[in-house]
Amino acid sequence: MTDKHHDHPHEDGHEDGPDPMVARVAALEAVLTEKGLVEADALDAILELYETRIGPRNGARVIARAWSDPDYADWLRRDATAAIADLGYTGRQGEHMRAVFNTEAMHNLVVCTLCSCYPWSVLGLPPVWYKSPPYRARAVIAPREVLAEFGVVLPEGTAIRVWDSTAEIRYLVVPVRPEGTDGLDAEALAALVTRDSMIGAGLALAL
Amino acid sequence: MNGPQDLGGQHGFGPVAPEPDEPRFHADWERRAMALTLAAGAMGTWSIDESRHARESLPPAVYLRASYYEIWIRALEALLVRHGFVTEAELAEGRALEPGAAPLRVLAALAVPAVISRGAPVDRAPGDVQPAFAPGDLVRTAVMHPAGHTRLPRYARGKTGVVEAVQGFHVFPDSNACGRGEAPQWLYSVVFEAAGIWGRDAEPGAALSIDAWESYLERP
Repeated sequence: MTDKHHDHPHEDGHEDGPDPMVARVAALEAVLTEKGLVEADALDAILELYETRIGPRNGARVIARAWSDPDYADWLRRDATAAIADLGYTGRQGEHMRAVFNTEAMHNLVVCTLCSCYPWSVLGLPPVWYKSPPYRARAVIAPREVLAEFGVVLPEGTAIRVWDSTAEIRYLVVPVRPEGTDGLDAEALAALVTRDSMIGAGLALAL
Repeated sequence: MNGPQDLGGQHGFGPVAPEPDEPRFHADWERRAMALTLAAGAMGTWSIDESRHARESLPPAVYLRASYYEIWIRALEALLVRHGFVTEAELAEGRALEPGAAPLRVLAALAVPAVISRGAPVDRAPGDVQPAFAPGDLVRTAVMHPAGHTRLPRYARGKTGVVEAVQGFHVFPDSNACGRGEAPQWLYSVVFEAAGIWGRDAEPGAALSIDAWESYLERP
């Protein structure tokens, strides 16, 4: 949604009053912990993982390795789940991975029109725009327009392939390696890999 | 179901609004909502399919107004009530009022890293079941409008495409979401020319793929 309510949650309250979700979620958490259905320490442990360990830097390391090691790139193409697990990234919303490679001829874009399927193990939690109706509605019917809204204008000759994540396969886009990066080590390469470029909504950063 | 979640190809939502330097969460309640959803899911009572079905079963006007974490919370409340863990009165009061269903298990903090890094794979052993389709096969997707959960989007029903890959033998959400069992099937990546889906309104040079279970597909 693009209205202000969603872009700027008003937890602290203003003319609309406090966000009712604050009290609603607090009540739910209180009931669940009081009934012993969830443990407070487990909630903290989940947040610690997703706030410090699981995010798009994981995916960037996968891409950097694929750029620098043709054998790894080949493995990633054939069995992305195993190749990604080799870097230690496994599990929830990354159980069945597939890597799709951008080229000058073909640009890949990933969406989930039906919900918010996203490769958490390599990209972390999805951004709001990925889960929101404008992107979910339009990425399939007007991908070139959507890319332009991200500032990505592809050459007319570049075909676009949109992947609607309708099952438990999770897609990771391998962006085109920027020119002039031959001498860079994996860490420097990973710094060029943005989250959006691994969804297909962006390109890797130019050096 | 032809619910509010089935958004592919709809008009009127405006442009995509990427947020520069978007924070991981936009409010503390979103942090709690994410953790509560995962921890409650780890009780093992409902599948991800039932969970998705609970989200898309929200009234369309509610679904489309809500942020995604609000959708999660409303669905989580519905699942907890449906399975007898909590009551509406308890949610309204924010405290326990009566004993509820006993969980199969409760997620402990120490188990969190292992549980997350294991995930919940949905591929199953196919046994003697052979895939009916092979890469390169022409297929047509079913015309259907089930009231229950399905992962075949409306825009992709009754369309002709090409099987690109056999993705594995996976739990069938249409069955699993409503307690009829995992009933795994072969899953295929099926690709369509954009013009085959959107006709004269397709962008040139675009193709689109879905992952489709075998029972969504027939020979044209």
